[in-house]
Amino acid sequence: MSHLAATPPPRLKLTLKDRVAIWRDSDLWLSFKASPVAILSTAVTLLIVIAAIFADVLAPQNAFDPVALNLLDGFAHPMERGMGSSMLFVMGSDEQGRDIFSALFYGTRLSLLVGVASVIFSMVLGIGLGLIAGYRGGKIEMLIMRVADIQLSFPAILIALLIFGVARGLIPPQQYETTAVFVIIIAIGLSNWAQHARTVRASTLVERNKEYVQAARLMGISGFGIMARHVLPNVMGPVLVIATINLALAIIEEATLSFLGVGLPITQPSLGTLIRSGQKYLLSGEWWILLFPAMILVILALAINLLGDWLRDALNPKLR
Amino acid sequence: MLAFILRRIGQAILVLLTVALISFSLFRFVGDPTQQMTSQDTTLEERLQIRKNLGLDDPVVVQFARFIGNAARFDFGVSYQNRQPVAKLIGDRFPATMELAFASAMFALLVGIPMGVYAGLKPNSWLARLFQTVSLVGISLPTFLIGILLIFIFSVSFGLLPSFGRQGVINLGFWSTGFLTWEGIRSLILPSITLGLFQMTLIMRLVRSEMMEVLRTDYVKFAKARGLTPRAVNYRHALKNTLIPVITITGLQLGSIIAFAIITETVFQWPGMGLMFLQAVQTVDIPIMSAYLLLVATLFVLINLIVDLLYALVDPRIRLSGKAA
Repeated sequence: MSHLAATPPPRLKLTLKDRVAIWRDSDLWLSFKASPVAILSTAVTLLIVIAAIFADVLAPQNAFDPVALNLLDGFAHPMERGMGSSMLFVMGSDEQGRDIFSALFYGTRLSLLVGVASVIFSMVLGIGLGLIAGYRGGKIEMLIMRVADIQLSFPAILIALLIFGVARGLIPPQQYETTAVFVIIIAIGLSNWAQHARTVRASTLVERNKEYVQAARLMGISGFGIMARHVLPNVMGPVLVIATINLALAIIEEATLSFLGVGLPITQPSLGTLIRSGQKYLLSGEWWILLFPAMILVILALAINLLGDWLRDALNPKLR
Repeated sequence: MLAFILRRIGQAILVLLTVALISFSLFRFVGDPTQQMTSQDTTLEERLQIRKNLGLDDPVVVQFARFIGNAARFDFGVSYQNRQPVAKLIGDRFPATMELAFASAMFALLVGIPMGVYAGLKPNSWLARLFQTVSLVGISLPTFLIGILLIFIFSVSFGLLPSFGRQGVINLGFWSTGFLTWEGIRSLILPSITLGLFQMTLIMRLVRSEMMEVLRTDYVKFAKARGLTPRAVNYRHALKNTLIPVITITGLQLGSIIAFAIITETVFQWPGMGLMFLQAVQTVDIPIMSAYLLLVATLFVLINLIVDLLYALVDPRIRLSGKAA
């Protein structure tokens, strides 16, 4: 975490060049340069993220616009030209003549969006509650940590399913499709906050008694100001590691929910929804509808997991 | 020791009460308990009478107490979809999930421990490295993909094993079992591998790292110095000491096996509680959801409690810290 400690106070007005110089001198960058696994998994993750962001430009076909589809193109094998539009289907097509390769761009975009949004949601919630628990202590700490303990003893997927079921009971069916993405983000986010809260509380307990916090208190800074401006930057290291690994978990969790049919509707397919619809055709021999979404899902999760593993080792002072 | 046991039981009861409260709020506030008894022609007066008969006008605390009283007698109301008592629906499906969970725990232990012991004894051999790589893949692959992959290989490509359902079930009255027929065991193989694979990699990694740690300790070195055979050192001295954490983790994982059964049961259309819970979530069948939540929570808390108490029996350090507190 020395790169964080080395950052001077913001009043000094650093130029971009200075910031790059500080970054290039940090242990994190040195450790990154020395790890081929970290470089490769970053490259793979970046490639997938860029492909997802520019899906509209890069995808050969607008896969979820019914006008763009030609039914005669249905079930084209990989690397085969469609019977209707004579378009080349690199990864084949499904029963409606949808190009799997194009569908992947859109599906990945939705999977990443849900994953990132739910991780941010659980981070904000977990960091906030963890800071309050660690800094304030007393009864509120007891309450927050007890709830976290209880929640951590149940698997996240069970909690997400339950939240989803409750939301479905509360939201009228005709609004279901428009709210599905938000429901999933909240369900996955709520099922993962406890780990963040636990980590942040543990580090806050250590930081609370350090001199800089006492100095800030003497200067009359409010409790909120101390938590946000002084304690928070110093507890972020471990949180980043958990957030990275949680991103992989959240993407898999979303895929699982969508696969189970309680996630995103077929009109807004994520990777999990694509796999769900591909499963039907596996038994009749159209393997490509399932294989390619599954591959992207596994590659994405594996790359982010490896990145998280590297980050954990790089930020762990015991291993230096 | 007594203080430790009492405190743990107190915590367990607190957790169960919290879950019961959530489950009660689900039942009371998300779903409408009168829905199953009314139709479109029910008049307002009749509706009010039904609400009164059900006690829905009583104070919430009284209703909660009644909910717990009913739950203790396995009375969870009637399913919205099937119009049958929830307790009967769960009772019918309980054996299927339990047999699946048992088979996958056995698979995880019987395959995971030997693999872990081997990888711990010979960490640099090619087979141990292969185990490590396979376990990394096993952790990264989502459960449902493992299931689909197994179906594709063993059912579609080679036609060796059934791809879905629970066959060859013999009804014993209070319990229906698939263990007694060849058909039943065959249909159990793929689902239990799917469900147990993650736990297997977990146990393998745990046994491996524990073995490597124990092999570095002084008493193992001393045992070697005394001239004991490698077999006696490895299995009598080292393996025995690695098994304590393995027992704990396996016990705790039993709970998550039951929860992850939801996914496996869906992939294989296995007629267990998980599949029923998922269908209940899809159709917003609140009584089933709330009963399942309470049942799974009770199982979790019981397993955690038993593991903790066993651990205290095995490891004197925990007993002593319990006394000090």
